[in-house]
Amino acid sequence: MSHTEQYNFSKTALRGLRDAAFAGVIALIVFGPMNGLILDGYGLDFHLDRPFLMAGIVALGRFLLTLSGCLPAVRQLRERLMDFSHRGVTVEQPGDSQVRWKVLILLTIITGLCAPFLVSKYWLTILILALIYVLLGLGLNIVVGFAGLLDLGFVAFYAVGAYVIALGAQYWGLGFWTAIPVAAVLAALAGCILAFPVLRMHGDYLAIVTLGFGEIIRLVLNNWLDFTGGPNGVRAPSPTLFGLEFTRKAKEGGIPFHEYFGLEYSSFYKYLLIYLVLFVIVVALTLFVHRLRNMPMGRAWEALRENEIACRSLGINHVTVKLSAFMMGAMTAGIGGVFFASYQGFVNPTSFTFFESALILAIVVLGGMGSIVGVIIAAFVFTLVPEMLREFADYRVLVFGVVMVLMMIWRPRGLLQIRRKAFKRPRPVYTRPGEAQPLHAASAGQSL
Amino acid sequence: MQPTTTQPLLEVSDLSMRFGGILALNSASLNVLPGSITAIIGPNGAGKTTLFNCITGFYRATSGAIRFNSGNSSVDLIQVLGGPFKATDLTDPRAFSTRLYYKMLGGSHRVALAGVARTFQNIRLFDEMTAIENLLVAQHTGLDRNVVGGFLRTGSYLKSEHTAVDRAFYWLDKMGLGEDANRLAGELPYGHQRRLEIARAMCTQPKMICLDEPAAGLNPNETKALSEMIQMLRREHDVAVLLIEHDMGMVMDISDHIVVLDHGEVIAAGTPQHVENDPAVLAAYLGADYETGVAL
Repeated sequence: MSHTEQYNFSKTALRGLRDAAFAGVIALIVFGPMNGLILDGYGLDFHLDRPFLMAGIVALGRFLLTLSGCLPAVRQLRERLMDFSHRGVTVEQPGDSQVRWKVLILLTIITGLCAPFLVSKYWLTILILALIYVLLGLGLNIVVGFAGLLDLGFVAFYAVGAYVIALGAQYWGLGFWTAIPVAAVLAALAGCILAFPVLRMHGDYLAIVTLGFGEIIRLVLNNWLDFTGGPNGVRAPSPTLFGLEFTRKAKEGGIPFHEYFGLEYSSFYKYLLIYLVLFVIVVALTLFVHRLRNMPMGRAWEALRENEIACRSLGINHVTVKLSAFMMGAMTAGIGGVFFASYQGFVNPTSFTFFESALILAIVVLGGMGSIVGVIIAAFVFTLVPEMLREFADYRVLVFGVVMVLMMIWRPRGLLQIRRKAFKRPRPVYTRPGEAQPLHAASAGQSL
Repeated sequence: MQPTTTQPLLEVSDLSMRFGGILALNSASLNVLPGSITAIIGPNGAGKTTLFNCITGFYRATSGAIRFNSGNSSVDLIQVLGGPFKATDLTDPRAFSTRLYYKMLGGSHRVALAGVARTFQNIRLFDEMTAIENLLVAQHTGLDRNVVGGFLRTGSYLKSEHTAVDRAFYWLDKMGLGEDANRLAGELPYGHQRRLEIARAMCTQPKMICLDEPAAGLNPNETKALSEMIQMLRREHDVAVLLIEHDMGMVMDISDHIVVLDHGEVIAAGTPQHVENDPAVLAAYLGADYETGVAL
């Protein structure tokens, strides 16, 4: 036994040396001109030690990498990472324990509620942005992930929500709290208006039309100077807490929040309120979307994604099902828009470009289409990581592209596997044809 | 055809379907009696699937009528698809409003709502959903679909879901798929997928089920089991069965009534014995020479 292992080890070491030499040569060729030749005025300086050092590092790394294959733990890890046969969907078993999940969710909620008190104001605003993207991701996940309708103009509904609060405040004195339901309804209406003409379309055609719709909304906002203020944008109101404002000086007759509670003025309180309200809404909506999946409406969306013709053969009106998906997604984005406008205090059309739509789509695709937890994680990754890597801001789009390519190779179905609920055999209630009573009705006591 | 006292469940009269220059169906007529097994046979390209798609609302017939009489209501299966407006609608506000209604809310799903379920020649399951979820989707229209009620898990919602899951399990057991309830439909073996599709169609509680080549790709044992299942459906669940099938043994065994199509026309109709000996049928299947008596 140990003899074979020894043999394997020496064989691996030999293979490692060969690989290392090969990698070293390649590295030398690559680094030679890059590091070895330094421009000095019109001449060149040769620093051959540098490429050799780099090649040495590469060769050593390659050797260690091959050698590490001897350790079973490393091998296992590598096999798991290189497993391209990743299946996108698994089914839970009826007896599977849900306790682990419940503890995890509870911990997340507690962390989420404590987070704003532990971080600086700057990071609080980043967290708010992350939560807004979670909302957008959840909304687009309904349209793209569940119903399978590729929507490239999702940012339009986000814009509708943001402009509802900004313009509503300007023209009709709409406040933050009323704006949330109003924006939800109006964005859903916009979703309905968009959905009607595109219902007959599939795949690419649908994507193009939605892309157009997104641009139309942005251009209207940009060019309707009299109403929307055009590129100059509109001021959006901050939230109030039972009439208490978060400004330094309240409007006439009012007392600002910090004076009422005898606190030092800080805009932190405004962001704190936005964060907490947003957090509650995100948690509620996550629960809602999670339950939707196992409700007739959510099942119909997924069925529509899987096979539209079969859906029609079962009496499901694909038009209303698509419409409901569009409206539900748009509603979520509209709510996100209200928070965005209120948090920024100002909106203008440059916040609602196609890049934003693409980013939201990337969140959904990366998170795993149809996976709620995956979308939430992806939304945080896409907002927090760029902030942490501020120094590399120039390379942001490059990294974005590389990550997308790697994901498509490694996990084309998204970060997380989609888990489907398992059903237990229920107590019989359905009256079987040809039998007077439900099966086992006597033993089950009374039927419902 | 012998006169019957019962009203036919499905009445197809003078149905024509034209695709550009091709007349796929040429005034085809057939009746399906309640609780009967009717088979449509014919050579390849005879128009069987076209007729099927017209009946189940996936094609809108060019002309003709399809009526579905279940219980005491009678549904025009072409009207529910929602047709274009006609000049006469302008003078008749009632006709106009019906047409507008079906134009907005009509479609092939209306045919299913009327009580016609179908399966497909190439299986169309919801592959990434579990077998039981496939059957729950089929019951969609009969469930409590209130979103708020579902979110809050009200009593009526839970009751409706409970009944649906129970009915789904009942049909899985009936079709011998009890073990597959929590497996993805796309991962099931082929024979199971065929049966799951029938179970899904039955979950819509139809009056008539249309099976498009249910025995295609099944081995003789599976075909035999399928024949028994189809007869069980008719016997225990009081549904009429309309099927397209190429397996003549099975067709002759189980059908009460056979309709033979060739070149879009009904060339014969009647009991299996009648059709078996019809010279027109033999000519269609074996070639026209048979009719003139030339030995093949």
